[in-house]
Amino acid sequence: MRSFVPVLTVLLVLLGLWWAAVAPMNLRTALDVAERAGETVEPEGSVARREAGTLRLMLDNSQHVATGYSLDRPRLPTPAQVGAELWKTTGSMIQRGRAFSKRSLIYHSWITLQSTLWGFFLGTSLGIIGAVAIVYSRVAEMSLLPWAIISQTIPIVALAPMIIVLSNQVGIEGRGVPKAIISAYLCYFPVLVSMVKGLRSPQTAELDLLKTYNASGWQSFAKLRLPASVPYLFVALKVGIAAALVGAIVGELPTGAISGLGARILIGDQFGTPLAIWSALFAAAILAGVLVTLLDILQRLVLGRMGLRA
Amino acid sequence: MTSDSVIYASGLSLTFETNDGPVHALRDVDLEISKGDFVSFIGPSGCGKTTFLRVMADLEAPTGGSVTVNGVSPREARLARAYGYVFQAAGLYPWRTIGGNIRLPLEIMGYDKAQQVERVARTLELVDLEGFEKKFPWQLSGGMQQRASIARALAFDADLLLMDEPFGALDEIVRDHLNEQLLALWDQTGKTICFVTHSIPEAVFLSTKIVVMSPRPGRVTDVIDSPLPRERPLEIRDTQAFWDIAHRVREGLRAGHGDA
Repeated sequence: MRSFVPVLTVLLVLLGLWWAAVAPMNLRTALDVAERAGETVEPEGSVARREAGTLRLMLDNSQHVATGYSLDRPRLPTPAQVGAELWKTTGSMIQRGRAFSKRSLIYHSWITLQSTLWGFFLGTSLGIIGAVAIVYSRVAEMSLLPWAIISQTIPIVALAPMIIVLSNQVGIEGRGVPKAIISAYLCYFPVLVSMVKGLRSPQTAELDLLKTYNASGWQSFAKLRLPASVPYLFVALKVGIAAALVGAIVGELPTGAISGLGARILIGDQFGTPLAIWSALFAAAILAGVLVTLLDILQRLVLGRMGLRA
Repeated sequence: MTSDSVIYASGLSLTFETNDGPVHALRDVDLEISKGDFVSFIGPSGCGKTTFLRVMADLEAPTGGSVTVNGVSPREARLARAYGYVFQAAGLYPWRTIGGNIRLPLEIMGYDKAQQVERVARTLELVDLEGFEKKFPWQLSGGMQQRASIARALAFDADLLLMDEPFGALDEIVRDHLNEQLLALWDQTGKTICFVTHSIPEAVFLSTKIVVMSPRPGRVTDVIDSPLPRERPLEIRDTQAFWDIAHRVREGLRAGHGDA
């Protein structure tokens, strides 16, 4: 618990910086609102204010700065506004028994989570299978690894629409499958790289020992390489699940999806409601945090049982 | 080659091809080891003693001459699981308990569950580690870990034990204790032991036969049959016979250096 104070301090500093940034970010909108309400603003007219520096405007209109903290459509919402919006779309929905209504972020998170988990499962499986192939076959290493690396240099936002169009063309209905594929595309790489390292981690002496037992290839895989790679796997899984979530959200952006966290971000952007964007972003961050924490707990349990200290 | 010879090497050579040219790890090694012998290989670094052990274990392939283990090639001997190998580092799997580590060769060789339980218990007792079966390697001292690795090599029915500086990383007091235990174990099990070491007292105290080797190229300079009795208390190291053998080993090592 000794780390509680520093962690809390960093959190408070971040919140403080955020809160302080609200004033200059929302100033111009606040002045427009004030002017429309008949207040005196210096200089008059938003076109004239466009020329003026933000600091100058703040000094000349200090009485209107506070307005920036209570706008309906702020450019940068305050932490409290985001918190209230998050509560309105999650906790309050549960209280009213409408957790899975289309206005609830729980519903949208669930949609995204499904794709994330499918993508995670698919990507992790591909990564592990690829790693085994690479470790056991020189040909696989030479033919797979370069493509795996090249695959990660292609921006996913460029690839995502193509995956959606392609899966439509081969007759796949709905957005679930292409989203899972995009998610898996981001997720498999860290698992592949980490598992190659993990499966190769046994030392020569450890492999020699198995040779003296005349162990079969399968036995040295199951009894040495696989258990030796478990700590590496968990590191990869934690990176992978976060990547899978990003993939699922990116997969929702170009599809015209109406449900999912990515869709909320897109719709918030199109309708000019930054609060919706921000609360969706925070919902995504919280979801990622929960997923990584769950994997961390699983890691502690498994490695603890294996006598390894995480 | 007599009928009870476990190891028979004749003109054995091994040359490693490296970027800096060939390295003669072994050259023209002739050696015969009989059943029940405790043989120490002693010599400075690079004299090929570990290489010789690895050739016997079929972990290296000789480039010249011939060697048999139990009358067959090292490869056949390895496939028949004819020997247990103890490495310099204990090399216990950290995710397996001590019992689990000793069970490893038994699982691989397909012993049934009851056999595994019985053998793990028996070998743990043999190396004086009863009660540590459920502990993980990191919970044990270096000496205890090395004892567990010896137990692992004793768990299955191999009559030959190949030990590559198993006590090299341990302090003198622990080493003395383990040497005594190893002798008792050798006496109880009747196994043939090949033991690589850097230490003259260790070699003299343990062995019925001492093979003195010299480096570049690795070859045998002297083979000493020890007149010491099989029963050896630690105090035997203060006797004249002990010092005579130690002296001869030292002479052999010096001679090897002189003409190198």
